[in-house]
Amino acid sequence: MLTARLTKTLRGDAVTSFLLDVDLEVSPGITILFGPSGAGKSTLLDCIAGLTQPDTGQIAVNGQTFFASAKKINLPPQRRQVSYVFQSLALFPHMSAEANVTYGLSNLPEQERRARVFEILQMFRVEQLRTRKPREISGGEQQRVALARSLVTLPRVLLLDEPLTGLDAELKASIIDDLRIWNAAHKIPILYVTHSREEVDALGERVLALVHGKIVSEGTPREVLDAPRRKRLAQAAGFENLLSGTVLDLREEDGVMRVHLADGTPEIEVPLGHAAPGDRVRIAVRAGDILLGTEPPRGLSARNILEGKILSLERRGTLVAARVDCGVAFTVHVTLGAARTLRLAAEKRVWLVLKTHSCHFVED
Amino acid sequence: MNVEALLLSLRLALCVSAILFVLGMPLAYWLAYSRRRWKFLVEALVALPLVLPPTVLGFYMLLAMGPHGPLGKFWYAAFGHGLAFTFAGLVIASVLYSFPFAVQPLVASFETVDRKLLDASAILGANRMRTFRCVILPLSVPGIITALVLSFAHTLGEFGVVLMVGGNLPGVTRTVSIDIYDHVQSLDYAGASHTALFLLLISFAVLSAVYGINRRASRRAWPTWSVK
Repeated sequence: MLTARLTKTLRGDAVTSFLLDVDLEVSPGITILFGPSGAGKSTLLDCIAGLTQPDTGQIAVNGQTFFASAKKINLPPQRRQVSYVFQSLALFPHMSAEANVTYGLSNLPEQERRARVFEILQMFRVEQLRTRKPREISGGEQQRVALARSLVTLPRVLLLDEPLTGLDAELKASIIDDLRIWNAAHKIPILYVTHSREEVDALGERVLALVHGKIVSEGTPREVLDAPRRKRLAQAAGFENLLSGTVLDLREEDGVMRVHLADGTPEIEVPLGHAAPGDRVRIAVRAGDILLGTEPPRGLSARNILEGKILSLERRGTLVAARVDCGVAFTVHVTLGAARTLRLAAEKRVWLVLKTHSCHFVED
Repeated sequence: MNVEALLLSLRLALCVSAILFVLGMPLAYWLAYSRRRWKFLVEALVALPLVLPPTVLGFYMLLAMGPHGPLGKFWYAAFGHGLAFTFAGLVIASVLYSFPFAVQPLVASFETVDRKLLDASAILGANRMRTFRCVILPLSVPGIITALVLSFAHTLGEFGVVLMVGGNLPGVTRTVSIDIYDHVQSLDYAGASHTALFLLLISFAVLSAVYGINRRASRRAWPTWSVK
C-alpha cells in the first residue's frame, strides 16, 4: 500500500504556477492517474520516486516512511525501491538490452543476477533481443525492455508515466497483459499515468482523476470518466461539446432541469445538478452520443431535438466529424457509412437528438 | 629543425593534458550539475584565460612563482629551488592557461546527457559515482576526446605564457614556438620554416585524426531516439 499526502507548488510564471495538493492511497494492483497534461501527474510521480521534494506532507509504502516534512525525512531515490518508467523510457543508449536490465541488480551475486535477468526478459518476451542496443529494437520492444528493467529489481511500487504512448492498441494490450501477469504474482501498487481514454478503458480497475493539482474524482473508469464533473477533465475525457447555458427551471420530480443555451435555440433537458434557476452552467456532451437525422425525428424517447444546419464535415480516420449550427455549434461523430447514406454535406438541414443522460452537468 | 625543442613541447603538452584530464573532470562535473548560486563566478574564472592576453596571465604567474610569490615560496620550501624558468613552472602555467579548453567541452558534453538517464540510474539504485562511471562517462566520450585534444593542441601552440614564465632555456623551457620565434629574430627564416611546417603538419594530423574518431564516436553514443 502506497500512501501519499503532499503539497507542492509547481512554479511557472505568475499565471501558470499552481499548487499540487493530493491525498491518495494506492493499493496493490493497477491504479490509473488520469488527467489533462499540466495537471501535475508527473510531478506527483517524481515526488513518490524521490526525484523531487514535496513542500509538505508524508509519503509511505507499507509502513515505511519515504518522506515526512514534519520529521525531516526524505529518502533518496536509491533507497526507496520504487521503480519508475518514464515516457521517454530512459533506456541507457550505450548498453545492450541485457545490460540495461542488469543495471539495477549490481548488488546480487553473478549467478542470481543472470537468472533473474533471464527470467524477466523471457516474461516480457525480449530474451532474443538481449544483445541489442535500444536503438536497434522497435518502440514496443523498447517499452518491454524498460518494463523488464524496472521490475527485475522487485520494487515495492511501480510508477508508469505514459509508458505506452505511440503504440497501437493491440501491442498496448499485450504489454499490459504481461504486466498484469507479473503483478498477479507480486501484488505491488502500480500507479499508471495516462491522458489516453483508450488506455483507461484497457486497464480498467481504479481511476484517480487529477485536474490542476487536485484529485477531483476517483472510482471505476465509468464512474470517473463518463460523468466528469469538471470542465478540464471533461475535455481530457473526450467530451467534444462543452456548452454554456442558463438554468431555466428545475423539475425535481422528474430529476431534470431545463437549460437555455442561446437565443433562438430550444432549451435542452439535462439531469438535475446543484444549480438554481438563472445560474450559468456548463453541459458536456460526447460527439459520439449525439444522433443525427436528415428528417425531423418522431416518436423518440429522447427529449432534446435540435434543428440545425451542417457547417462543415471533416474525416477523422473511420469517423466523420460534423460541425452543426443549431444556434450554438455542436460537434457530432457519425460513421463513414452513415455520412454516405445520409448524403451529408455542408449547408444540409439536419436534426440532432440528445438523450437527457448524455448531457453532463460540469463545474468549471 | 630543433628536435630538442620539439620533444620538449610534446612532453609539456602530454603532461598538461594528463593533469587537465584529472583536474578538469571533477570540476566539469560540478559545473554541469551543481545548483549553487555562485556557480557563474567559477564559470567566469575558468573562462578567463580565453579572453586574457597570455602575457597578462604569464605576468601574474611569474609574480606568483617568483622568490617572493606564494607559489614560488611554497615550491622553494618543498623542493629547495624556485619555480620560475623551470619545466614544472611551465607545466603549472600551461595548465592554468589551457583550463577552459579542457573544462568547457567536458561541461558541454556532461550537460547534453539526458537528465532522465541520470534519474533512471538513481532509481535503479546507483549512487552518483556509479552513475558518473556507467552513464555519464560513456556517453561523453566525444567531449572527453575533444577536451584532451584541445588541451594538448593548445599547449603545443602556446607562446606568450611560456615566454613570460619559462624564458628560453634549451631543453628546459625552450619549446617549439619559442624556437621558431628565436629563428625569426635572428633572421634565420629557413630554420624557422622547417620547424613551423613540421608543427603545422603534426597539429593538422592530430586534429583530423581526433575529429574523425569523434565523428564515429558521436554517432555511436547519440542515437536519434534518445535525443528529445
